[in-house]
Amino acid sequence: MAELKQNQLVIDDTVYETKLTRKFRLRKKYEAPNPKHLNAFIPGIIRDILVKPGQSVTEGQKLLTLEAMKMKNTVTSHIDGKIKEVKISAGEMVTKNQLIIEFE
Amino acid sequence: MSILSKLKDFLFRQEAMSVGGGEKAIQKQKATGKLTARERIDALLDPGTFFEFDLFVKHAGKDFGMEKKELAADGVITGTGIIIGHPVCIFAQDFTVAGGSLGLAHARKITKIMDHSLKMGIPLIGINDSGGARIQEGVNSLAGYGEIFYRNTLASGVIPQISVILGPCAGGAVYSPALTDFVFVVDQISKMFITGPEVIKTVLGEEISMEDLGGARIQSEMTGNAHFFARDEYECFEQIRKLLSYIPWNNAKKADPYTPKKPKPEYFIEKIIPSDPTQPYDIRDVIYSIVDDSDFFEVQQYWAANIVIGFARLNGQSVGIIGNQPAVLAGVLDVDSSNKAARFIRFCDAFNIPLLTLVDLPGYLPGVDQEHAGVIRHGAKVLYSYSEATVLKMTVILRKAYGGGYIAMCSRHLGADFVYAWPTAEIAVMGPEGAANIIFKNEITTAADPNAMRQQKVKEYTEKFANPYVAAANGYIDAVINPEETRRILIHTLNLSAQKKESRPAKKHGIPPF
Repeated sequence: MAELKQNQLVIDDTVYETKLTRKFRLRKKYEAPNPKHLNAFIPGIIRDILVKPGQSVTEGQKLLTLEAMKMKNTVTSHIDGKIKEVKISAGEMVTKNQLIIEFE
Repeated sequence: MSILSKLKDFLFRQEAMSVGGGEKAIQKQKATGKLTARERIDALLDPGTFFEFDLFVKHAGKDFGMEKKELAADGVITGTGIIIGHPVCIFAQDFTVAGGSLGLAHARKITKIMDHSLKMGIPLIGINDSGGARIQEGVNSLAGYGEIFYRNTLASGVIPQISVILGPCAGGAVYSPALTDFVFVVDQISKMFITGPEVIKTVLGEEISMEDLGGARIQSEMTGNAHFFARDEYECFEQIRKLLSYIPWNNAKKADPYTPKKPKPEYFIEKIIPSDPTQPYDIRDVIYSIVDDSDFFEVQQYWAANIVIGFARLNGQSVGIIGNQPAVLAGVLDVDSSNKAARFIRFCDAFNIPLLTLVDLPGYLPGVDQEHAGVIRHGAKVLYSYSEATVLKMTVILRKAYGGGYIAMCSRHLGADFVYAWPTAEIAVMGPEGAANIIFKNEITTAADPNAMRQQKVKEYTEKFANPYVAAANGYIDAVINPEETRRILIHTLNLSAQKKESRPAKKHGIPPF
């Protein structure tokens, strides 16, 4: 399929000439989640960090506390693996989906 | 006391309560470009028709020194009035009195006028301009909000409820407007949000202005929380008066008939639609060419512009129009446009306003964001609303009616009473390109010249299926009509359906895919 122009939309292989809405143009492109990344599931403040780079962890192991909406949420590892990098430090504020821990 | 001095005393008391928060607060209100609560009521209602209730109600605060404070009318003005022959109940929060904050007595004044409007079967108009809950009254002010929400819900579908946002409307306060039928906002004046910019900044570290978070433009274009956008308060009041002209007092009545007028001659129906189904046009031009005086009162004009909804008249009778808009996103159904159409259909059905659906859409919008936003559930709302509606349902298929979009847009199968199609209609399971690519996949891929083969197959499919006659052969459409005759036929259909009665199985209520 040829490159689409700004005012085109494809439905069922047909190219329609039409205006795109601001909301449609601003929509976020989907990115597949990276299993080696742990992202903040909610914006908040990082409290205790219990792991260090190079450390091996198992699925379900406690990694850190993320305080958000007046709750101290325990963040656990979703995989068995080795910590490559801890991207944040205690007391730091994180936004939603911000990368906090990278696994090897 | 003599009668004369009692009368003087009364006038003195009335005067004292009518000044709101005093000269200084009123100057401040004006400096922000806002009218006062009383000026708003006077500008909205027919002149001299406002009759006030509960002027002498005192606030219920007992703590934090509030007990020593006098709050004029407790920060909200309530009463009745007339708008072009419609009696209405109205309340207007007075920002000059304790920031229009809502305490128990303030809320009880509102719930009293709501009870009146529901019992008497007349529309309710609420003008919101309030800093939110009166913190000093604690849980009593929360109780006040809850009692308002409860009544909004009881009145829903019985009397029209209109919310006008003319100032801040934050936190719990936004839920009352959200429960009502139509929300009016004014540029730079209206602000609606659950949590304000300051909270967002402290909790999330995200910085945003009030205007960009929940100003009138955002609520009109991005969220769909607002239905009507005006540049100033006077334009807003004109919009409210116009809206009331199209809708009945309550769900047992029909909208008032008006003197029929012909559409303006500059909208010539046959010249509007390009024959190539991939080319856009403005569906509103079609509407202008059909309705009285070419006057179409659009609802939610800026949000989900790929579908157009609004009120107009045919031969003087009010109708609700839903039309796909090929000029925007090819007129597809998506999460927002489905929500927009579904709610409008339910409003019209609840208030006996016949529905006219104009169809030209290629289907649903593809996309990860759509699927993950739950387009299945939201799209189903359109099916539910059309199927549930027992008011007269007229459908005209102008051009494309493909796949799920064909079914959803008030097809015969969802209980449309009358379905008409123009000769330009293409009623098919999908567009010719897509259909040919699937059905003739083998022939195309194995052909010496796949492109030429594809084009040939697309042409074959188009000739055979991209027309109204297959659907007509099955009786799914009642008539193929000359576009020029659309208005005449729709008026005829309206006239013959004036006594339409249709019932549904008895139930407490359905469970629409909210």
